[in-house]
Amino acid sequence: MNSLFGRLSWSDLTLLDFFENPSVDTAVASTASWMVVIGAILVLGWITLTRSWGWLWREWLTTVDHKKIGIMYMILGFVMFARGIAEGVVMRTHQVTALNGGFLSDHHWAELFSTHGTVMIFFVAMPFITGFMNYLIPLQIGARDMAFPMLNQISLGLTATGAALVMASLVFGPFETGGWTAYPPFTGAAFDPGPGPDYWVWAIVISGLGSMFSGMNFAVTIYKLRAPGMSYMHLPVFCWTALCTSILLTFAIPPLTVAGLMQGLDRLLGFHFFTNDLGGNMMNYANLFWMFGHPEVYILILPAYGIYSELTSTFAAKRLYGYTSLVWATMSIAVISFCVWLHHFFTMGQSPTINAAFGIATAIIAVPTGVKVYVWMATLWRGRIRFTTPMVYMAGFFILFTIGGFSGIILANPAINYQVHNTQFIVAHFHNVLLPGLLFAIFAGIHIWFPKAYGFRLEESWGKVTAILWIAGFSMTFLPLYVVGLMGYPRRSSAFEDPAFMPYMIVSVIGAFTLLVAFAGLVGTIWVSVRNRDRLAVPLGDPWDGRTLEWATPAPPPHWNFAVIPEVNARDAFAIEKVEGRPYVVPDRYRDIHLPPNTMAGFMCFLATTGFGFAMTWWIWWLAIVSALAVLVWLIVHSLRDHPHVVIPAREVHRSNQAWVEAIDLATPVTRDDESNERNRGYAATDMAEAT
Amino acid sequence: MSNAKSLNVHPGMNLGYGEGEHEAEVKVFGFWVFLMSDLVTFGLVFAIFGTMTGATAGGPGPHDVTNLTSVSIQTALLLGSSFAFSWASLSMKYHEGRWRTLFYLSFAATSALGFLIVEGLDFMHWIEIGAVPQRSGYLSALWALVGLHGLHVAAGLLWVGAMTAQILIFGLTDTVKSRVTRLGLYWHFLDIVWVGIFSMVFLAGIA
Repeated sequence: MNSLFGRLSWSDLTLLDFFENPSVDTAVASTASWMVVIGAILVLGWITLTRSWGWLWREWLTTVDHKKIGIMYMILGFVMFARGIAEGVVMRTHQVTALNGGFLSDHHWAELFSTHGTVMIFFVAMPFITGFMNYLIPLQIGARDMAFPMLNQISLGLTATGAALVMASLVFGPFETGGWTAYPPFTGAAFDPGPGPDYWVWAIVISGLGSMFSGMNFAVTIYKLRAPGMSYMHLPVFCWTALCTSILLTFAIPPLTVAGLMQGLDRLLGFHFFTNDLGGNMMNYANLFWMFGHPEVYILILPAYGIYSELTSTFAAKRLYGYTSLVWATMSIAVISFCVWLHHFFTMGQSPTINAAFGIATAIIAVPTGVKVYVWMATLWRGRIRFTTPMVYMAGFFILFTIGGFSGIILANPAINYQVHNTQFIVAHFHNVLLPGLLFAIFAGIHIWFPKAYGFRLEESWGKVTAILWIAGFSMTFLPLYVVGLMGYPRRSSAFEDPAFMPYMIVSVIGAFTLLVAFAGLVGTIWVSVRNRDRLAVPLGDPWDGRTLEWATPAPPPHWNFAVIPEVNARDAFAIEKVEGRPYVVPDRYRDIHLPPNTMAGFMCFLATTGFGFAMTWWIWWLAIVSALAVLVWLIVHSLRDHPHVVIPAREVHRSNQAWVEAIDLATPVTRDDESNERNRGYAATDMAEAT
Repeated sequence: MSNAKSLNVHPGMNLGYGEGEHEAEVKVFGFWVFLMSDLVTFGLVFAIFGTMTGATAGGPGPHDVTNLTSVSIQTALLLGSSFAFSWASLSMKYHEGRWRTLFYLSFAATSALGFLIVEGLDFMHWIEIGAVPQRSGYLSALWALVGLHGLHVAAGLLWVGAMTAQILIFGLTDTVKSRVTRLGLYWHFLDIVWVGIFSMVFLAGIA
């Protein structure tokens, strides 16, 4: 029995911890564990009861449609976000009891900050931005799909594998305790024989490969599949940021993969890359990890900048001010992001010259970021701003992200960095850039593009309240950490002794619960909007007087995106069409459209790599071999069969496009004043004196 | 000749008319992007090796693991394999039939298999003299770098097998040609990496 399940045994089941050893600590762990199991059973049962398996399989799990894959990324991100938030709230609650102790064990606390970081970066932020890029890139550049639709599905499968492994660690055995960076030798076999670090290694390596493939796919799509006439300087800004992110993904994920696999070799086969003895060198890990880790910061934030750029120009009803400088700023950030990684370990003892060089590079990256902030401000300046939900997020972003940016410049100075290194100041800083920077952009983006994806808007009143809750919750939770950081409170510490920290901890925990309510507000927004979807419907596809090509399609867009591939001759292609008074052109002639067929490649990869990752974590060698062979054999068999394209007949394209154009002809355009009420059916009036 | 040129969007292929060209071009370009990323991976493993050349911890060092005769044979075999692949690509481009291409592919495959066998013999020798990766940081890095390259070659061999089957089943269709072109890029890329290994790991090791 033992060999069949490797080193996995009954005692690794976290479900039973509480019953074996009842305490608050095990109650938290076992509850989380049961929530995963019961949640999974409920979801599977619900799908079975509603007889949705066939639909799920045909429409979602085997689809290669970039729009649906994008939506699945977002759903994955949301599920993991629920876990990440819950962990954050548990951690804040522990901190408020942590004066000379706390209700969690030290080990459990360490697991929490490790999973929270891992989940939030790799399985919330990454799926969110990948989801957005998947959904938007082909629509914005006037393409039918990604350059490699099947690879796109496989990337999603690999990302889901990572998430599945991290979720499995809630049920089977402990997770790693060395933070999201998993520094060896602390996470080496000598200190921690497992399985926690193994979960981390395989979740990160496998999902990392998925991200790398996504990056290549996006880059090639933008390079090669732009609509005729769309030169690089005609690209929508979001696509520019997506392109830079893709380049970063292509070059920055390999260091992570290499670091992860070397860590795996150290742990499994006794290699000596990062060990303490026999010539191992932990600094190599720090360098490799942050060679990935710092560009990763910009992988996440650049698409968010793209969203803010589209947001300001759309909701201020103005052309983006300084497009060219924004493009240059984006490119500069992408390049400089590779020259700053060492600031993550200023205090590890390299020469002052090296520290100075990386300190200067770090400070320099604030310049193009500053350019962007001014570009957005100038775009809003004298615009006719509609203070809808996305603008509320934008307002919060402007103030809070600037604070976070300034604290980053402070940290870029090695001398100051020595003082605050490894304190809560750092925790405050990176939450300060990632929450208002990345998450606010995601939420704003959801409000903007949700109607495109589903054909109905989100409820404004709920959206605004939720946005304000996020802003307030963020401020209360993380701004106090700057103060306790300066007072000398170390990060990752499960307890503290100075009673002076207490008031800040109390504010912080109240903030954490506010964030929990804000998350509920997000769910509530979607729930209420789904119920009122008829009132909020915008089938005509352009509810915000949009400027880029995705708004020139119905909502939701047909599988093939565009009836005919549009010709482009300027920036903001759709806005120009509207200026020239010829949007929604009916083509002279419709053609058959060829689309790639559905495939189970991604799902196969998900199953096999999840089996592989789990097997490598628990040393179930037969399963590892079977899973690896399954992928290989399946790929070869797949390549030996013919996969004819699906053909959408011209007749069908004609019918669908004609119906939409006729519906627009019958509708009356709504002005911006009616944007948030039920007269907005997705046909926006354009005031081009303002718009251009 | 000018006619032949106009038919060739991508210089490595001869795809005929129509939509197929653009699609193939996108795919080959995509594969270049993958190779760039793979090059970064190799570059990093090289870099790690570079930092660990001195970390022998009293165990076997470069002089003990370098057998120049064996390395020369491996080099000849791998370069020969790459050369044979060029002939396979050329015959795919200029000849209609599939057999000539398959003939050269079989040379490329046999030669690469020979490379792997000789490399395997080296590995066995290293194990005999105790130069196992568990012995020191230097040996870990050595095994990782040379082994990663060997794994790439083995994967390439599997790919050659799959392509042989595809050529037999489908003939030299546009899809198959595009795939063989990408495999060719991969094959020559491995050659370049090997040149790096043989100069930086073995020659520089004993210099």
